[in-house]
Amino acid sequence: MGVVAIFVFSLLYLAPGDPAAVIAGDLATADDIARIHHQLGLDEPFLVRFGTWAWSVVHGDLGISIFTNLPVTKLIAQRLEPTAALTVSTLILSVLLAVPMGVIASWRVGTWVDRAVMGFAVLGFSVPPFVLAYVLILVFAVYFDWFPVQGYASIADGLVPFLRHLVLPSTALGLIYAALIARITRTSMLEVLSQDYIRTAHAKGLASREVLVSHALKNAAVPIATIVGIGVALLIGGVIVTETVFAIPGIGRLTVDAILRRDYPIIQGVVLLFSAAYVIVNLLVDLSYTLLDPRVRY
Amino acid sequence: MARVRNSIWRGLAAAAVAAALLAPGAGHAQGSGKTLSFIPEADLRSLDPIWTTAYITRNYGYMVYDTLFALDENFKVQPQMVDTWKISDDKLTYTFTLRDGLKWHDGKPVRSADCIASLDRWMKRDVLGQSIPPVLGEMKAIDDKTFQIVLKKPFPLLLEAIGKLSSNVPFMMPEAVAKTDANTQIKESIGSGPFKFVASEWKPGAKAVFVKNPDYVPRKEPPSWAAGGKVVKVDRVEWDYIPDPQTAANALGQGEVDWWQQLPQDLVPLLAANKEVTVTSVDPLGSIGVLRFNHEQPPFNNPKMRQAVELVIDQKEMMTALAGDPKYWRTCYSYFSCGTPMASDAANAPLAGKRDFEKAKALIKEAGYNGEKIVVMTATDQPIVNAQALVTMETLKKLGINAELAAMDWGTLITRRASHEPVDKGGWNIFFTWFVAPDMANPALNAALRGNGAKAWFGWPNDPKIEELRDQWFAAPDLAAQKKVAEQIQAEAFESVPYVPTGMFVIPTAFRKNLKGVIVAPVVFLWNVEKG
Repeated sequence: MGVVAIFVFSLLYLAPGDPAAVIAGDLATADDIARIHHQLGLDEPFLVRFGTWAWSVVHGDLGISIFTNLPVTKLIAQRLEPTAALTVSTLILSVLLAVPMGVIASWRVGTWVDRAVMGFAVLGFSVPPFVLAYVLILVFAVYFDWFPVQGYASIADGLVPFLRHLVLPSTALGLIYAALIARITRTSMLEVLSQDYIRTAHAKGLASREVLVSHALKNAAVPIATIVGIGVALLIGGVIVTETVFAIPGIGRLTVDAILRRDYPIIQGVVLLFSAAYVIVNLLVDLSYTLLDPRVRY
Repeated sequence: MARVRNSIWRGLAAAAVAAALLAPGAGHAQGSGKTLSFIPEADLRSLDPIWTTAYITRNYGYMVYDTLFALDENFKVQPQMVDTWKISDDKLTYTFTLRDGLKWHDGKPVRSADCIASLDRWMKRDVLGQSIPPVLGEMKAIDDKTFQIVLKKPFPLLLEAIGKLSSNVPFMMPEAVAKTDANTQIKESIGSGPFKFVASEWKPGAKAVFVKNPDYVPRKEPPSWAAGGKVVKVDRVEWDYIPDPQTAANALGQGEVDWWQQLPQDLVPLLAANKEVTVTSVDPLGSIGVLRFNHEQPPFNNPKMRQAVELVIDQKEMMTALAGDPKYWRTCYSYFSCGTPMASDAANAPLAGKRDFEKAKALIKEAGYNGEKIVVMTATDQPIVNAQALVTMETLKKLGINAELAAMDWGTLITRRASHEPVDKGGWNIFFTWFVAPDMANPALNAALRGNGAKAWFGWPNDPKIEELRDQWFAAPDLAAQKKVAEQIQAEAFESVPYVPTGMFVIPTAFRKNLKGVIVAPVVFLWNVEKG
């Protein structure tokens, strides 16, 4: 996290653009910009600025947004629910869709089912989330009027509006993720299915479903869990685009807006948050190995 | 049997969930009471319309605050919070009496002291307001409802300044708030205007919410631009900022929002084809494109080079690229916004006449230009800027100028334009922007027309004659005299070319057909709007 903090701060320090110029507006003079620059402390040396910021961060203070004058923690807290809801729903949707697809593809390897699943995976990797998002909006929101075009409804507003607003964004964002998981599941399953104990299970007369789920999938789960963890980074990148297209007031949009305006405290805060989320998810994945594979405990 | 029953229940439950999720139109927000859902031109970032000139904050200011005077559609300043006023015979003392029943959003009455503190803060920030302190004697409260502005020498533009339409608008704030240092952003949102801001629901970058101010007492006159009765006809206004234009178009088309303030030209046909949507322009003046030179760096530190460009810039080409349909643009060969009193055709032949490449090339030769690289900055995230830049690049190539297009985002451009360095050290030669017409309506407001060198707006033209004429304009006793001086300023500007006006355009707006009472004005006002 410390490395991330130093890296992101340095990167923003070196990046072109000046929030003072954006704040001052189009009619501002150079004197106005210089004054705001000074007020914001942007004329301080790098080490002083970094030291001040780092000291605040370790005390739980991510600073004040340059533009809105509101604490970054408050802004992030406002946006956390939509992003968390979108990420979790995407994760659930992707896993529920991709794991069975991968299992079936491995079971029917070389058949049209396998080719269809692999075709889906290629499509998933090839279609950018924003393209799929527009197609989904056009078909399911504009033509059929089944789902809202944009926006977010908090779970506090009711479960149905909450889910209605999440269906299209989760599907748009989940496709690439599902493609990744489906491929890894298939590969992992194929490796397990070639093992002797699977042949033995079949020889004992166990049903295919029993063999696939109880014997093969369980042993193939570790690589799948790993890719689910790694894929969170992919999901974070996709969230930014998806939130913009669906006008979801989440952290992704907060990030894009902050970058365009050079609102450094927000960018730094969000990057730290994302990196922390990534570390935690991967820690959880590591811990899940002990549940999925008892051998890891020893 | 139990398994069958379970399956049936599961099937029914799934069907119920699917039916609830897929109910057509269930996501539409506009049916919820008298809520006006509005997509603004930008997201609201600052709540201080005195601290920033950003138009979105100005528009927020009009929702929350009120003004002493306001401009109407005839360019006349009309009283708004003021009930009566008197100007002494020597034109040095202005006495204002406030209307009855004016209250701040916290319930306290609006007092003279509040107005004095508000004017004082505004005079420190606004380009026109800053012209007042040198002639100001004092501002004093006579009683809670009456106050005076006493001048040291006549300032004929005083009421025009106080009734200014665009940024920075002299909005009235409570004294305690208005005492905030003019260079520090206020955090409060206590106005006396027709709407109250709901701070607890503000999500910067996404949503701003206003509710009707039940204590607001509108004037009796019909609304006319910022003047007249501000009668609120909805209970609540939600500004839903949707950054993606396609999503905004879909949301409006499906009725999830009621009004999209500014839509890009390429989406006009899509929404115009929707029978439930009106696509129009509610801005009678529009905005003006600006091609700005760097007057400090060669080759445009030479007036002949600037004149050469002025001779070949074709406003029709510029506006076609920028606004497309001629319904949304017009040529304007004046340094003052066409359609406003100071605009004229005086000495405008270099811009209005035939585009003369031969003469321009001769001027370039006279200027001694030897093919040095010039940098034209463009912001690819700003279509209005980018369209002007691309057309200009073609024109400069035809002139034989070695122009290089430096593409960047707007945030980078506005930082780089502050650089006084030569191009090989990160400087620039030309950039583009645009202003709303009220901001270029006269010599006091037109910041790009200043000729005060290093203190001028980016590009830093140094033209003492323009500055001298500007002072004369301030002292002009009446409209006729002002027009005469404005013509002289324009003649000088066409000679020294501080910038090239590239034409006037309006940005279309679109709203659902059930909206009535939309006010046609250069600023978007949300009072008087009714939802059928």
